Amino acid sequence: MKRLATLRSIVIVVAVYVVLQVLISLGLINPYWQQILSFAGIMAISALGLNLIYGFTGQFSLGHAAFYGIGAYAAAYLSKSIQSTNPLILLLGIICGGILAGVVAFLIGLPILRLRSDYLGIATLGFGIIMKIVFDNADAIIPSLGGSRGMTGIPRLTSFAWVFAVFVLGIIILRNLVFSSIGRALVSIREDEVASEAVGVNTTKYKTIGFVIGCIYAGVAGGLYAHLYSFLHPSNFDFLKSIDVLLIIVLGGLGSISGTIIIAFAWTFLLEGLRVILPEAILDWRLVIYPLLLIIVMLIRPKGIFGGREIKFLFPKPESFKTPINRSETSK
Amino acid sequence: MSALLEINKLTKSFGGLKAVSDFDLNINTGELVGLIGPNGAGKTTVFNLITGMYNPTLGSIKFQEHEISRLKPHKIAKLGITRTFQNIRLFPELTVLDNVRIAYHFQTRCGICHTLFRTKRFNEEESQLREKALEFLAIFGLETRYNEISKNLPYGEQRRLEIARALVSEPKLLLLDEPAAGMNPFEVGRLMELISFIRDRFKLTILLIEHQMKVVMGICERVVAMDFGEIIAQGKPEQVQNDPKVIEAYLGSVTDS
Repeated sequence: MKRLATLRSIVIVVAVYVVLQVLISLGLINPYWQQILSFAGIMAISALGLNLIYGFTGQFSLGHAAFYGIGAYAAAYLSKSIQSTNPLILLLGIICGGILAGVVAFLIGLPILRLRSDYLGIATLGFGIIMKIVFDNADAIIPSLGGSRGMTGIPRLTSFAWVFAVFVLGIIILRNLVFSSIGRALVSIREDEVASEAVGVNTTKYKTIGFVIGCIYAGVAGGLYAHLYSFLHPSNFDFLKSIDVLLIIVLGGLGSISGTIIIAFAWTFLLEGLRVILPEAILDWRLVIYPLLLIIVMLIRPKGIFGGREIKFLFPKPESFKTPINRSETSK
Repeated sequence: MSALLEINKLTKSFGGLKAVSDFDLNINTGELVGLIGPNGAGKTTVFNLITGMYNPTLGSIKFQEHEISRLKPHKIAKLGITRTFQNIRLFPELTVLDNVRIAYHFQTRCGICHTLFRTKRFNEEESQLREKALEFLAIFGLETRYNEISKNLPYGEQRRLEIARALVSEPKLLLLDEPAAGMNPFEVGRLMELISFIRDRFKLTILLIEHQMKVVMGICERVVAMDFGEIIAQGKPEQVQNDPKVIEAYLGSVTDS
């Protein structure tokens, strides 16, 4: 049963990849839309990280874009200073970006994860603003980071294939983590931190684990982003970008992996799609349409589109996790 | 034989307010002690101090001769003191099974590597855990409810689940904070049966806060009465019930009226 489910997942993943690659090679997805597709994947990776932090562990973070930026700048700095177009540099870059984001998350998490709900939100917001200023003035210390003029000359190494691979890996890791003893400890903190501590969960430790892993996702996504557009600007990592990611996970449903993925893609394509569809004159109204959609979704489905549920065929839950067994039947 | 729990000169101040002052209490293995007192007497603060949710201002708490007053709550839980809460604190959006499984957390051996790669060992441990949790739920007659979201359970069953969850780690001392609050007489009867049952089955020592005299008089062997953070009387239930100081604390003195 379980093996079959795993096999089915693999088939689906491969099929999606093949279809997209065929469409790309046939020219049906032009380079512009390819870039959008990659960007959507990157947003999804970053949003999966925030969903682990906020959706599963219940720690309200408004500083996600800062960690995304740390990953982006770290990866970009690495590949720019090595000056090679070997795709493996990208791999090295995103690993370093992820690690650096994780280390910073650990150091900042130690003091601020004591705070709860709104207070934590304010603290992470503060951290986000600090990081934006750091990015703005980074050229004072390392000139090649560009500071407020932006960082140029990053090799364009991110292809759709890379994003897809990291994206799938990200989903698998998150799923394995969430549906496990560690995942249950994280969710118990979201549900009731006091009760969680009272039954013997080291909440400080698990909050830190959740926060660090979530920020590693952001760092990795940032690394991919840097090599997709080959240009970085501090305004790409300001507070509003954190809100974008937050919107995605809230719309998708907190604690839903499927919801995050679908909304991340839908949101990115809507953003770009409206640019194509809407006539020039009312193009700026795009920015009114999204908040309006947000309000409507929140009114109709306050728990998000997926409301903590998962799509069954994408996430066959491991046998030990659900699958009701009728106890009286098995004992006879 | 020394006491299971020894509390000495325990004091907790919140600013100028002494919520608990010079509180001394010894609990021996196997005892069932009731803690009573009017609202605001400091009973729940005593629980929070024992379980490490607050750090005491002064005084010591020894559990099996180890000082525990500065330990974190999860450490104290692992040492063998667990509790329930006055307002039931389940993991409301999770299933009954998961509520119990989280309490098994301390038993899991698989680290993050086994988890991320879904190794064979991880899968075995998960299915064992599930079996154990289901068997455990069966003790409390909750096994048919295992897949229900815990906040949807009727009140009495939520209490039962909370008590079950506190017993997963096989504690030596169980603290029950007003377990009968909000229950009808029938449910109170069942609760008293449950408390006697778990006491025998898990060889527990129990300290319970309760307002319902039926429970206190019915099952407690010793009663400690508190008012304004201090112990005003202790002894056999009937003794304490008739103690003038206790009556005064609850009803006010004659001169007051």
